[in-house]
Amino acid sequence: MKETLLSLEHLSIDYKVKGGYLSAVNDVNMDIREGEIFAVVGESGCGKSTVAHSIMRLLSGGNAKISGSIRFGGRELTACPEKEMEAIRGREIGMIFQNPLDSLNPVYTVGAQVSEAIMLDRVEKQEAMKRAIRLFQDVKMPDAEERAASFPHELSGGMRQRVMIAMMLSRDPRLLIADEPTTALDVTIEAQILEIIKELKETHNTAILLITHNFGLVAEAADKIAVMYAGEVVESGDVFEIFEAPMHPYTRLLMQALPRSTKREGRLQTIDGSVPRILDKKPGCRFANRCPCAEERCRNETPEETAVSETHRCRCFLVPPGQPSGRKGT
Amino acid sequence: MRGRGKAQETLQACLKNGDFMVGVAILLSVFLVAIFSDWIAPYSYTEQLVGAKFSPPSAEFWFGTDELGRDVFSRVIAGTRITLWVAFIGATLELVLGVTIGLICGYFGKWVDRVFSFLTDLTWCIPGTILALAVVTLLGKGLTNSVIAISLVSWASYARPVRAKTMSLKNMAFVETGTAFGESSFSLMFRYILPNVVPSLIVMVSMSLPATILSTTTLSFLGLGSQAPSPDWGLALSNGITYIVKAPWLSIFPGIALVYTVLGFNLLGEGLRDILDPHMKAQ
Amino acid sequence: MRGYLVKRVLQGILLIVAVSMLVFSLLYMMPGNPVDMIVDRKVSVEKKAEIAHEMGYDLPLTEQYVRWVKGIVVDHNFGNSTRYKVPVLDLLKDRIPRSLVLCGWSLLIEMLIALPIGLLCAIKKNSFFDRFTVVFTLILTAMPAFWLGALLILAFGVWLKVLPISGYKGVEYLVLPVFALVSASIAGTIRLTKSEVLEVLNEKYVTTAVAKGLPRRTVMVKHVLRNALIIVTVQVFMSIPWLISGAVVIEKIFDIPGMGGLLLNSIIVQDFPVVQAVLMIVAALTVVCNLVSDVVIGILDPRIRISMGGGDK
Repeated sequence: MKETLLSLEHLSIDYKVKGGYLSAVNDVNMDIREGEIFAVVGESGCGKSTVAHSIMRLLSGGNAKISGSIRFGGRELTACPEKEMEAIRGREIGMIFQNPLDSLNPVYTVGAQVSEAIMLDRVEKQEAMKRAIRLFQDVKMPDAEERAASFPHELSGGMRQRVMIAMMLSRDPRLLIADEPTTALDVTIEAQILEIIKELKETHNTAILLITHNFGLVAEAADKIAVMYAGEVVESGDVFEIFEAPMHPYTRLLMQALPRSTKREGRLQTIDGSVPRILDKKPGCRFANRCPCAEERCRNETPEETAVSETHRCRCFLVPPGQPSGRKGT
Repeated sequence: MRGRGKAQETLQACLKNGDFMVGVAILLSVFLVAIFSDWIAPYSYTEQLVGAKFSPPSAEFWFGTDELGRDVFSRVIAGTRITLWVAFIGATLELVLGVTIGLICGYFGKWVDRVFSFLTDLTWCIPGTILALAVVTLLGKGLTNSVIAISLVSWASYARPVRAKTMSLKNMAFVETGTAFGESSFSLMFRYILPNVVPSLIVMVSMSLPATILSTTTLSFLGLGSQAPSPDWGLALSNGITYIVKAPWLSIFPGIALVYTVLGFNLLGEGLRDILDPHMKAQ
Repeated sequence: MRGYLVKRVLQGILLIVAVSMLVFSLLYMMPGNPVDMIVDRKVSVEKKAEIAHEMGYDLPLTEQYVRWVKGIVVDHNFGNSTRYKVPVLDLLKDRIPRSLVLCGWSLLIEMLIALPIGLLCAIKKNSFFDRFTVVFTLILTAMPAFWLGALLILAFGVWLKVLPISGYKGVEYLVLPVFALVSASIAGTIRLTKSEVLEVLNEKYVTTAVAKGLPRRTVMVKHVLRNALIIVTVQVFMSIPWLISGAVVIEKIFDIPGMGGLLLNSIIVQDFPVVQAVLMIVAALTVVCNLVSDVVIGILDPRIRISMGGGDK
C-alpha cells in the first residue's frame, strides 16, 4: 500500500463574523496517498475550497480560526513557521485555481511567471526560461516558445490553465491541489486539462487533490472521493464503491441528478434549498432540513462519521455501520 | 411600513458609524456658534479697542487682538457664519449646475452630450484654483464672486456621475412607462430620474463641501475673495502671515477654527459614504 | 498604440486651441475696452486710437486672435506686460524654473514618503501605524496649504529660528515651501497608494505568487507594489498641474518670485498679457501631462498597451 502523503484530522475552520463564528469546515478527516487522485465534491459554499486553501495556509486575513491537524509528509502544517511554509509551497505542494485569468499577473509574460518559480531553486534566468518552455510543451501548449512571451490576456482560457499547471509542475511537487481547475473552461478544453492532470499522476507519481462540484469529472478521474456538505464530509471512500452504492441521502440525490449516459457533462444539479450558513454549531444533522428521509432524531442529535466498510465511511444515522475498523478504512 | 423599516435601519447605521457621529457633533457645535454668535462674541468684530493693539491671548482677549485692536475671538466667532454661508451657497450652485447639465447630457445624449463633455474636459484642462483665479479676474473681487467662480469650475464633478446614472436609468421600464403616458422630458428628468440619483448626490455633496470651503478660503487668502473688514478666516490668515513674527496668535486661531470645521464636513462625508454608498468605499 | 497616441495628441491639440480661444477672449469679456486698462484716464481720444492701432486692437477679432497665436507659436511672443512694460516671456524666463524646482522637489519627496507609508498601511491594515496614518491624513486633508505654511514659518522660522521664512536666495529657502507643498498633497497620495495596494492584495494572482513559493517580500515588491504603482504613477503625473496651482499659494506665503506669484499679482493689477500667458502654459502642461500619463500607463500595463493599438506589440 502506498504511503499517506497528506492527512487531515478533525480539521475545523471557523470565520469570525459579525455576531459569532461561521463554521466553514467542521471535523473533516481525509487521507491522501502518494500518486492517487482524491476528489472533494460538493455544492458551492460547502467549504471544499476553504479546505484546499487551508492546506497551503492561504486563507486570507486573521479572522479564520483553524483547529485540528494537517499533516504533510511528517510535518504539522498548522504549526509550521511561515519561512518553512514558503519552502513547502510550490516545492512540495502546488496549487492551481478556478479562474486562470485572475490567477496570472497581467503585467508579466507567462514565461516570466513560470520561470520566476523555477528560479527559486537557484536556476539561472535563461535556463529557467528554457525549462519553462519545455514545461509548456509538456502541458501540450501549441507554439510553446512563442506563447512564453505572451501576456495572460493574450491567451485563451485553456491555455492559461495550462500555464498554471506548468507553473505548479515546474518544481515537481509531491501534491497538486486543483481547486475547480476546469469550472471556467468549456467542455472540450475541460477534457484536455483533465487528460493532462491524469497523465501527470502517471508520469510524476504526483498526488492530486481535486476540488470540484462536477460529479462527472470525479467519475472520470478520481481514485477516492469525499462528498462535502455544509462544511462536513458526509460520505467518503473508494470512488467505485461510492458510485456503486451511495449511502448518504445527499450523495444519492447528487447521483440522481447525474444524466446516466453522458456523465462528463453532468454538472451537479441543485437540490431544493441551498447550503446553509452554519453560524452557531447546534446539535442535529446539517442536511436534515433538505433531506427527504430525515427523522426526528436527525434534527436533535449530531451523527458521527462511521465506517460502512474498510474503504467507505458515512455520516448518517440511517446507514447501518459495517465492520467498525476505525479511521484507517478511509 | 417597509420605507419606515429602511429609514430606521439607516438611522441605526448612522448611530453606529463613528466618523458620522463625530462629524455631526463637530458641525452641530459650529452651527450653534454661528446661530448664537452675537451672544457668544464679547465684542463686535469691527470694534477697535483703543490701546489694545497686538495684545497676546489673555483672560480678557482669549485669542488676543489684531493690529487694529480688534478681538480675534469675536472675529473667529463671526467668521463661522461666513464659512457656513459659503458652504451652503457653493454646494447649491454646484449642485444645480452639475445636476442639470448631467441630467440633460445623459437624457438627450448625442450632440448635447458631446458639447458638454467637451466643456467638462476644458474645465479640467486648467487646475481648479488657477481657473477660479481667472474667473474671479472676470467677475471682480469679492466673496460672492469667488463662490460663483469655485462653483463654475467644480460643477463637472457632479455632472459626470449624474450623466452616467441618467444614461443607465433612461431605458429602465419605469421611465419608459412615463414616456408612454406622455410625460414631458422635463418631468421625466426631474420627477422620474432625479429621485434615483439622490442617495449618491448626498454623498457627493458632503464629500465636496470641504473642498468648496477650502477653495473659497484660499481665494480670500489670496486677496480675491472677502475684503476687509470681513471676519473671513481666509482673510484673517492672510493678515496673520503679515504679522506672523510679531503676533503668531493671529495665524493660529482662525486656522484652528477652519480645520475644525473642514474636519467636521470631512468626517460627515466619509461617514455618509460608508452608510449610503458602500460600493464607493470598495472602489 | 500608435493609432491611439495620434488620436490622443489630436484631442489634446483641439483642447489647447479651445483653451486659447477662451484665454484670448478673456480680455474682451472684461467691461470697457483694452486700451482704457493700460492708459491713464486723461489721455486724449486721438492718442487712445493711436495706441489701439499700434497694439492692433482696431483689427477684427479673428485677425487679432490669429496674430496672437502666431506670435506665440512662431516668435514665442506672448506680448508685453502692461505693468512692467517688458515682454511677458522675459518675466517668465526667470520665474518658471523657480516654480518647477519647487514642484519637482515636492513631487519627488512626496513620492518617497507617501509610497512606503501607503504600502505599509495596506499590509498592516488596522494596525496602530495604519490607524495613526488614517487620522493623520484626515487632519492633513482638512488643513489648507496656507495655514500649514504659516505653522511651518512659526515653528521653524520664528520659534526654532533654523530656517529662513521668506524669499528665494538658496537651497535653504526651499525647505519650508517644499515641506508645505508636500504636506498639502501627500494625504491623497498615501490614501491612493493604500487603496490600490489593498485592491491588488485581494487579486488572485497574488495568491498564485504565494502558492508557487515566492517569499513574502518578493510577492510584495514584484507582484503587489509593481501592479499598484501603475495607477499611482498615472495619478501622480496627472497631479503635476495641480501642484502648480498649489504653488500659487505657497509662493505667496514664502514670497518666492515664481510663476504663481506672478499670476496672482497680474490678476490683481489686471495685467492681461501675463495672465493669458500663464494660463496657456498651465493648460499646455496639463494636456502634456495627461498625454504622458497615457503613454506611461501603456508602458506599465500590457493589457492597456494591447487594447490601445489593437495588438500592436
